[in-house]
Amino acid sequence: MLGIGLSIVSLARFQFAMTTVFHFFFVPFSIGMGVLVAVMETIYAVKKDKVYLDMAKFWGKIFLLSFAVGIVTGIIQEFQFGMNWSEYSRFMGDVFGAPLAIEALLAFFIESVFIGIWMFTWDRFKPGVHAFMIWMTAIGTMLSAIWILAANSFMQHPTGFKINNATGRIQLTDFGAVIANPQLWKVFPHVILAAILTAGTVIAGMSAWGLLRKKKNENHFFKTSLRFGLWVSLIFAILSAGAGDLQTQQIIKDQPMKFAATEGIYKDTKDPAPWTVVETIDDKNHKASNQIEIPKLLSLLAYHKTSGSVKGMDTLNKELHAKYDKQFGKDMDYYVPPKTLFWSFRVMTGIDLLIMLIAIFGVIWSRKKKDTIENKKWFMVIVGLAIWIPFIGNSAGWFVTEFGRYPWIVYGLFTIADAVSPTSTVGSLLFSNILYFLLFTLLGGVMVWYSRKTLHHGPYYEMEDSKQNVDPFAKEAFVK
Amino acid sequence: MTLANLWFILIGLLFAIFLFLEGFDFGVGMSTRFLAKDFDERLALMTSIGPHWDGNETWLVTAGGAMFASLPLMYASLFSGYYIVLLLVLVGLIIRGVSFEFVKHAETQTGKNIWMWAFFLGSFLAPFLLCMMLLSMVQGIPMNANGDAFPKFFDVVNLLSVVGGVAGTLLSLVHGLNFIRLRIEGPLRDRARKLNQILYPILFAGEVVFAVLVFFQTDFFTKRFGSSLVITLLIVLFSLLGYYGVLKDREGWSFAGSGLSLSMVIVLLFNGLFPRVMIATNPAHSILIKDAANSQYTLTIMTIVAAVLVPIVAIYFIWSYTLFTKRINPKENTVKY
Repeated sequence: MLGIGLSIVSLARFQFAMTTVFHFFFVPFSIGMGVLVAVMETIYAVKKDKVYLDMAKFWGKIFLLSFAVGIVTGIIQEFQFGMNWSEYSRFMGDVFGAPLAIEALLAFFIESVFIGIWMFTWDRFKPGVHAFMIWMTAIGTMLSAIWILAANSFMQHPTGFKINNATGRIQLTDFGAVIANPQLWKVFPHVILAAILTAGTVIAGMSAWGLLRKKKNENHFFKTSLRFGLWVSLIFAILSAGAGDLQTQQIIKDQPMKFAATEGIYKDTKDPAPWTVVETIDDKNHKASNQIEIPKLLSLLAYHKTSGSVKGMDTLNKELHAKYDKQFGKDMDYYVPPKTLFWSFRVMTGIDLLIMLIAIFGVIWSRKKKDTIENKKWFMVIVGLAIWIPFIGNSAGWFVTEFGRYPWIVYGLFTIADAVSPTSTVGSLLFSNILYFLLFTLLGGVMVWYSRKTLHHGPYYEMEDSKQNVDPFAKEAFVK
Repeated sequence: MTLANLWFILIGLLFAIFLFLEGFDFGVGMSTRFLAKDFDERLALMTSIGPHWDGNETWLVTAGGAMFASLPLMYASLFSGYYIVLLLVLVGLIIRGVSFEFVKHAETQTGKNIWMWAFFLGSFLAPFLLCMMLLSMVQGIPMNANGDAFPKFFDVVNLLSVVGGVAGTLLSLVHGLNFIRLRIEGPLRDRARKLNQILYPILFAGEVVFAVLVFFQTDFFTKRFGSSLVITLLIVLFSLLGYYGVLKDREGWSFAGSGLSLSMVIVLLFNGLFPRVMIATNPAHSILIKDAANSQYTLTIMTIVAAVLVPIVAIYFIWSYTLFTKRINPKENTVKY
């Protein structure tokens, strides 16, 4: 009986992880691309430099491909709380539904309506007016991020609520506190900045591949796009690292266990605390060894000063037992998965630093009037391959956030095991897991394949093809 | 009028608007097989809803979100109870949603055809399964005291639910054809009208069977005889209005008629459900609106939010439709709209 119970929870968790991770490949990329395409079209509207119009159209196609997959995988999210996590929905309905509904009303309508207009009105509006449509779409996607993150932040750090003793359900007491949740306003900038970073890195990378083809008429286009992408990567890699640092300060305050696991600390550190670059973690016996350390750095990261020790998981586990044993019993395991957190964090930050490094050299070597970068084929290949790493970084970041919430689904209030739908069966969950897996493999594969094809055709494909400057979203573009 | 009841009505309204709008999207998708003769025509059909389908689908997402935000116990019980059906609805919506974008990028005719079929299949599956689910749910299903629903296969698939699914799908197709008559010119438009001349009589037969089955298989007419009768008559009346528009070649009347017919189906279901949100075979386990609802505080906030945002959404939503009124000609490559 216990075996079956466990596998229902793990299947439901696996499905949630799979659907959200897959969805979140496309979300940050679409948010970032929306903003960057809007910037390109605005530059065109102001400077009337035609290459920026070509850029808006070409990168707009990649944006639309990603947006399409993002939307359809997003629909799943609106329903799966009820489908797979009905006990969670009952418990959290008073708090959690509101941001979701507001997200739909405030954000989804803006993005869906204005993207429809933008796609089909290239030749109808003046550039400035047309750019307004994509700006609205981009703003819609960012508004949507605020509300879903408001919901998630409540799960990380509940605010503005009480437990209704009659129903046993959560009751909202202060909507303002849900919106003002400090977690939200730390995580939101981090997510948005990383989203723009993702899009910038992909634009730079695809442009690098395009430049390597050495087609004369495309050279200016891809060179401009490459520089644009590299500058965006550089600026937003720095900014999102900064935002991440601010978010860390909040986590130390609200979820010290998550922070301790992220740094792989079991015993309280000495003062000042060294930062562990790598170590081996034995999570069965709660021991870490073979640390390679940088002195004082953890104090600096955690408190922005050269002193102060950091509490380890052993201490925090005792504290959490003292705090929650009355409500949840003595058998709870409050250790979050330290290996996942420790390495996810290092992958995420490593990727950010790597992109920063690539972008610095790229920006230097791609200065106009110099062909330095075209002659460094090895470097162009690196920029091209870097397309994939921000997606890994984004997922790693969410692994830290979400696995670090263990064993809670709502921090300190509701455990994951209690949240799953009582109607779930292993059979139905296996069916949906397999179905989603196959579907996502297909969608992801096709999306990447078509993006590659789009790049292969280059920005001037339609024009060469139909001998006239046609609207890429008009019927001609469909038929050919 | 309590706030909980108001939100029950609002959710019904959101579903009704969703069916009115996405109903013709689904119908246009289905007509790629029932009406179009070649790929150009299928593409013209697809482009006719290109700027709108995503916005239309957002009404469904909003209805789901609003249900979570106001009647979470309905959201939890309904969605977890109909897990497999909803999963297939989602799969339908997914393959359909990406087909709009993917068909543009496919380079071989096979590739284009695959996504066109995905468009068709999704447009067929989603309304059929959604209507089937709703018509199954209003008959009453096995539930426990916790509100968990355990419908068995024949609770989900039975005479009324299948007839309801077919009728909803057929009505969507008819609605889509009426939309095509509004948005496309040339032979496609004439054929849409001719096809509807055949489909309407079948639809009327279906609506009568549907009404009879609702009479016997649900408690709508024992609990709320007057209103159920009036709404049922309205469904038929609006369909008649649509048929009148077909005969007189007035596509505006037809479109309004078929859309309102679809909306009235939702009104009938929500009217019959009231004051319940879920009907259990054991009446003691049925869930009432007042028990399913969120706190007064949350509902008040949501009411204010909706009162402010819905009118704004309505304005730019309707405005976006006014941008695309020029008819599409499938034969002319220069068509831009």
